[in-house]
Amino acid sequence: MNESEVRERTRKLLEEIHPDTEGVDHVAFRTAQFNHGLAMVSYPEGLGGLDLEPKMQAVVNDELQKNCKVFYESLAINPIGIGMGMPTLLTYGNENLKKDLMRRIFTGEDIWCQLFSEPSAGSDVAGLAMRAERDGEDWVLNGQKVWTTLAHISKWGMLLARTNPDVPKHDGLSYFLLDMEAPGVEVRPLYQITGEAEFNEVFLNDVRIPADRMLGKEGQGWRVAITTLMNERSALGGGSSRKGGGPVALLMKILEESDAVRTASEQAILEDKVTDLYIRAELLRLTTLRAKASQRSGNPGPEGSVGKVAQSELYQQVWEACISAIGDDGLVYEPGYELRRPGEGDDLRSASDAAGRRLTAKYQLLRSQANTIEGGTSEIMRNILGERVLGLPGEPRVDKEIPWKDVPRG
Amino acid sequence: MIFEFTDEHEELRRTVRQFLANESDENTVRELMADVRGYNPDTWKRIAEELGLAGLIIPDAHGGADFGLVELAIVMEEMGRVLLCSPFLSSAVLATSALVLAADESAQAEILPQLASGETTATLAFSEKQSPWDLSGLRMAAKADGDEYTLTGVKSYVLDGHSADEILVVARAGDELALFRVAPDAKGLTREAVAPLDPTRKLATLEFRDTRASRISSGDATKGIERAIARTLIALAAEQTGGAQTCLDQAVAYAKTRLQFGRPIGSYQAIKHQCADLLVEVEFAKSAAYNAAFTDESDGDALSTAAAMAKSFCSEAYTKAAKRNIQIHGGMGFTWEHPAHLYLKRAKASEMLLGSPASHRERVAAAVGIGSR
Repeated sequence: MNESEVRERTRKLLEEIHPDTEGVDHVAFRTAQFNHGLAMVSYPEGLGGLDLEPKMQAVVNDELQKNCKVFYESLAINPIGIGMGMPTLLTYGNENLKKDLMRRIFTGEDIWCQLFSEPSAGSDVAGLAMRAERDGEDWVLNGQKVWTTLAHISKWGMLLARTNPDVPKHDGLSYFLLDMEAPGVEVRPLYQITGEAEFNEVFLNDVRIPADRMLGKEGQGWRVAITTLMNERSALGGGSSRKGGGPVALLMKILEESDAVRTASEQAILEDKVTDLYIRAELLRLTTLRAKASQRSGNPGPEGSVGKVAQSELYQQVWEACISAIGDDGLVYEPGYELRRPGEGDDLRSASDAAGRRLTAKYQLLRSQANTIEGGTSEIMRNILGERVLGLPGEPRVDKEIPWKDVPRG
Repeated sequence: MIFEFTDEHEELRRTVRQFLANESDENTVRELMADVRGYNPDTWKRIAEELGLAGLIIPDAHGGADFGLVELAIVMEEMGRVLLCSPFLSSAVLATSALVLAADESAQAEILPQLASGETTATLAFSEKQSPWDLSGLRMAAKADGDEYTLTGVKSYVLDGHSADEILVVARAGDELALFRVAPDAKGLTREAVAPLDPTRKLATLEFRDTRASRISSGDATKGIERAIARTLIALAAEQTGGAQTCLDQAVAYAKTRLQFGRPIGSYQAIKHQCADLLVEVEFAKSAAYNAAFTDESDGDALSTAAAMAKSFCSEAYTKAAKRNIQIHGGMGFTWEHPAHLYLKRAKASEMLLGSPASHRERVAAAVGIGSR
C-alpha cells in the first residue's frame, strides 16, 4: 500500500466516523481507527495495523491532523500502554493476549502501568526481590513495587518478578501481565517533595496470575524488560525544539519582570549565569539537531547519547536561577504542601502571567530534582556514556556469577 | 541544511588530517615551540601549494579557493587537534579576512595573491593594552602626511607580529577607523617577540615611532574589521573544539591502559564520569562551532552572536578538557615530557585571545535581551 492509498484509507475512516462529531468520543473513534488498521500501521492486520512500514503512520497522523479539529495524542491517552505496552505485547504476547488487549490499550479503555522498580532495586532493577512461585496453573506473587506512574487508574501492569532465586540475578526473572484489579493488589499514593503524588507504591499479597499471562518464557523476563525499557529512554532529553524556547525562555522572562533588590555585582553575576544557561540550552537544542542529522545520514555519533544527562542537569540549574532572579519572594511557596494528586488544586505547570511564571519556577525547582534520578540516574547515564560511547572498562561486578539469593542487599 | 557536512567536506577533513598527521607530530611541534619564528616555512609553503589552505577563504579573483566558514572551521578543527604551529590564524584567517572585508580593491589585488600562494604572510595589529579586544577603545591615531600617514604607538599581542611579511594596522583616521599597511622594515618600527604562555603560537609587541603607513581602506572600516574578528572567533572556536577532542581522546586512551589497584583507572567511576562529562562538553562545543560556521554570513548580527556564543563556550570547554586530561594522567600529566601541558597552554591562551568568555557572554546577553536594567 503506497502513501496515497494510506491517505485514501484514512479519509474513508473519517467518512465513516469523525472525531469532531458530537457524541463521538476517543474510545469510539479510536476503536474504528484500530479496526481499519490505522492505529499502528506497521502492526499485523487485525492488531491495529496493515503490515506497512512504520513511517506510514506519519501519513495517517498527518491526514487526521489536517482534517480534524480534535486530534488524540497517543501518549496523552495512554502513555505507558501505547508507548511501551503495545511494542512489548506485540513481540512477546501470545495470540489470545494480543487479540484481547491491543485494541483496548489503543483506545485508552485500559490504562497500563509498569511495575519494575522496588525499594531495594532502583538503578539495579535486575536485582529485584518480588517473588513469584508456581502453584498449579497460577503464579503467586508477593512483594512491593514503587515509583509506579498511573497505577491508581491502571487496568494492567507490566511486571517483573523473581521466579528463581538460585541462579544469577538476570537469569531468575520472569515477565508478567498483572490485572491491577486482582485480589491482593494494593495501590497507595507515593507523595513526593512537592506534596504531589504522581507515583504510587504497589503492594502484592498472595496475588494469583494465570500462567498464560507470562510474556516470554520463564527466566526470560530480563530480555522482555529490555524491549519495554528501550522504548522509555528515547523519550527523555531532546531539549526545546525552538530557539530560545523551553524553561530558559521562562527564566529570561522572570529576570525581566523581577523587581527584586540586588546590588550591581549581584545583578551582573546573575546575568552572566542566565546567559551561560541560555547558551547551554541553545547548544542542547543544536546537539539534538546534529544527532538527528547524523542519524539521517546513517552515521549516528556520540551526540545522540549526551541529551539525557545534559538536559536534566541543565534544567535543574535553570529553575534554580529562576529563584535567584525572583529574589526574596522565593521564600514564599504559595500553593503550600498539602498532599494531593496532580491536577488537584492550582495548575503549577502553566505560566500565563508573571505570578504564574514565578509559581511554575518555584514548583519546578522542587520537581526537577527528580530529573537526574528518573529514567536512569545521571550516574548510570555517565556509566553508559563512559562504557558504551567511550569504550571504558566496566566496574567489576560482584553479583554477576553468583546466585541471586547470595547477593548482599539493603 | 544546518549541520549537514557534504562528502566534499568530509574529503577536505580527511586530506587535512592525513597531511597534519605526517607534518605536525609531537616532535615537530616541540621543535617549533623552541623556534623564534615558530613555524616551518617549507611546511607552510606546502600547506599553501599542495593543500591550498593559505588561500582557503581568499576569493577566486585573487588566487584563492574562495571557500567559506564551514570549510574554514573544518580546517581549523583539524589544526587544533594536533597543535599545528603555523601562521594560519594570523595570516590566512585574521589578516586575510581584514583585507577581504575592509581593504580597497587595489590593496587586495596586490597582497592577497601572494598570501594565497604562500609567498608571504600577513598579520593584523589592532590590539592595544588599554583596550585589547574592543575596537571602540583603540587610541592609536594616524597622522596625515600628504598622501601618506604616520603611526605612533604600541600594538600588543600581535599574532606572529615578529615574523609576518605584511603588517596591517588598525588605527584611527580622524573620526573613522582605518586599515593601514606598513612595510615590515619601515623606519621607526620595532617588532619584538614576547615569551608567550602558549609557545605553539607566537605573539609580538609592535612599536611605531612616526612610522610611515599607507591607508588601504576607504571610509570607516569598523564594520569590516568587526566582521573579520567575528570570522576569526569562529575559526578559533573550531580550533578549540579540535583541541578539546584530542584532550578527551588522550584521557580516555590513558584511562583504558593505566592500571592501579589491579584494574584500569577508567573502570573507576571517579575517572569514567569525568570522561563522560568531557564528552558532553566536546559535543556541545562542536554544536557551538558548527552552528557559527553554518550561520549565513550576510546576517552580520546573527554571525557575531553565534561567534560570541561559540568562542565563550568552546574556550571554557577546551580549558576544562585540558585540565582534566592532566588530572587523569596523574603525575605523568604534569611532566614536561608528556604533551598534556601543550594543550593546556594552547587552551588557556586561546581562551584569552580575542576576549574572555565572560566578555563574549555579555555580547550574547545584549543580543538576546538578557539584562534589561
